[in-house]
Amino acid sequence: MKRNVPLILAFISGMLVIISEFIPHYPFGLIEETLAGWFMIVSSFAILLGQISLISANINRVVEKSHNWQYYLAGLISFAVMVTVGLLWGMENTPGILGQGAGITAKLGSKPFDYIFEYAYMPLSSTMFALLAFYIASAAYRAFIIRNFESNLLMITAVIVILGRTSFATALTSWVPKSLTLLHLPELTDFIMQYPNTAAQRAIMISAALGVIGSSLRIILGIERSYLGGGK
Amino acid sequence: MKFVKLIAVCLLLWISVAGEAQEFEAMDFPWDNGSALLLRWKLDPSRDSLSLQKPDSLGVYREFFNEFSQSGECKDGDLVSDTQYKYRLIAYAADRSDSLVLEASAQPRQQWFAMGKLSFLILLLVICAAILYFIWSARRGKDLFIRRISGLDSMEEAIGRATEKGKPILFVPGISDLDDIQTIAALNILNHLAFKSAEYNTDLIVPCRFSMVLSAARETVKEAYLRAGKPDQYREENIFYVTDDQFGYVAGVDGIMVREQPAANFFLGAFWAESLILTETGFGTGAIQTAGTGQPHQIPFFVVSCDYTLIGEELFAASAYLSRDPHQLGSLKGHDFGKLLVILLILIGIAMEIAGLTWFKQFFVGGN
Repeated sequence: MKRNVPLILAFISGMLVIISEFIPHYPFGLIEETLAGWFMIVSSFAILLGQISLISANINRVVEKSHNWQYYLAGLISFAVMVTVGLLWGMENTPGILGQGAGITAKLGSKPFDYIFEYAYMPLSSTMFALLAFYIASAAYRAFIIRNFESNLLMITAVIVILGRTSFATALTSWVPKSLTLLHLPELTDFIMQYPNTAAQRAIMISAALGVIGSSLRIILGIERSYLGGGK
Repeated sequence: MKFVKLIAVCLLLWISVAGEAQEFEAMDFPWDNGSALLLRWKLDPSRDSLSLQKPDSLGVYREFFNEFSQSGECKDGDLVSDTQYKYRLIAYAADRSDSLVLEASAQPRQQWFAMGKLSFLILLLVICAAILYFIWSARRGKDLFIRRISGLDSMEEAIGRATEKGKPILFVPGISDLDDIQTIAALNILNHLAFKSAEYNTDLIVPCRFSMVLSAARETVKEAYLRAGKPDQYREENIFYVTDDQFGYVAGVDGIMVREQPAANFFLGAFWAESLILTETGFGTGAIQTAGTGQPHQIPFFVVSCDYTLIGEELFAASAYLSRDPHQLGSLKGHDFGKLLVILLILIGIAMEIAGLTWFKQFFVGGN
């Protein structure tokens, strides 16, 4: 029973969503929207579960004085501060328990929650994203090391695309006659990006779409049950 | 004679009026959910600009379209089905300082089939039929050849290595929520991985970005440990929520990789800009890494920084492949049939386009 009910629900929901894709008439047209709404409601309740997990995991590490426990304490304090200022003065136009907090807003220039979000959280988030630039450089260095024919081809293509995307590219190939436009670096770069690159990406997308169909069918028909825990 | 002259004059008048016949009609947009109307017009050559108007809530006509063409059409969307809508077309002739007002009205209706998606339905039915046929063949005991997927074959090697080193395994189920099929596929793989890690007595760490994924991952791992006969080794605290924020989550997972130094990292599911940050950090710690996603833009990053990469369909096939269940393996043959079908359709499409027959491509482009 515990296993069959989710399987029946998965089958009915899956079939309804597929049917509603092809029948725009009421009530089918609304089914997908309604199911998405239900998902949001269930998700909202699940947020509490996530917060409990976060708090208990951090408290346990602090209580056990595990390695680097200070960082877990910092996480808990940050969490508590954001919840407190959010509850007291709200965020953006939403008031908190103490209203809009005109006094503190005048002092900081924005509400405390928005202030911390903009001047503490956003720079930290941007810092993490900025790391990508360095990681791309290190990954590209490894990828372009010439080991065999394929890696040689990859490196040559990469050099063309990198150069073709710079303003230097036009000057570099300006001497090439107009009849050989394709050999101009910007045009060659556009060609590589538009045809071989797009073709390869579409091949992956088509293969992924076929995988999605197969995977969905296995789930809808109850052949694939791993996501419910257990095999058969 | 007078009678003949009268008829001739009438005929000439009729021809001149008919020559200037101007049409404006509103009709239901075909094969949709009743949210649009199609407006068509045909004006005489003396007209040089137009204004298409409809009344607002106060009944005042407001212009919403004014691109001039002698004969053309315009789709008015975001309408409520079974409601009467009125339209007014004002056609101007600047040289005559003249304007003509034409009116039309119609009701959008909900249709019982989205005809623009007929090609998708046919393809879906053919591929589903092929998958079901191969599952049925597998059930009847037919031996099906499935090509080896090295990224999945290496799973045992990765777990073995983690066991030897006494280090944990890190599993990242993507950064998408449970409504993404890639996350479901990742959880299916997690089930097999958790079973193996339970057999090998190796710790499994699963940081989650969403609470729903956390709940499903805990259930999946718990069941796998039960199946392996080692429920006492299941540690709920190893499957935890980090944060909903994309780069906050990345910072958290990077921290785990640097502090815990897992011997094997699995990045399976939906990934975006953070993919390379995660895998390069894992590469730096010297872990054996397996990644897989359906996002074509992230595949190159994974290929560069991971030992094994599941590309596209391999992520979705992984659970069936790992289960070794003949029924599930049968469905993988259906994927191969789908690929063959797509290749054939592409080749036919190319030939048709070269031959100037565009209906084949149009049929598959669809609409609505």
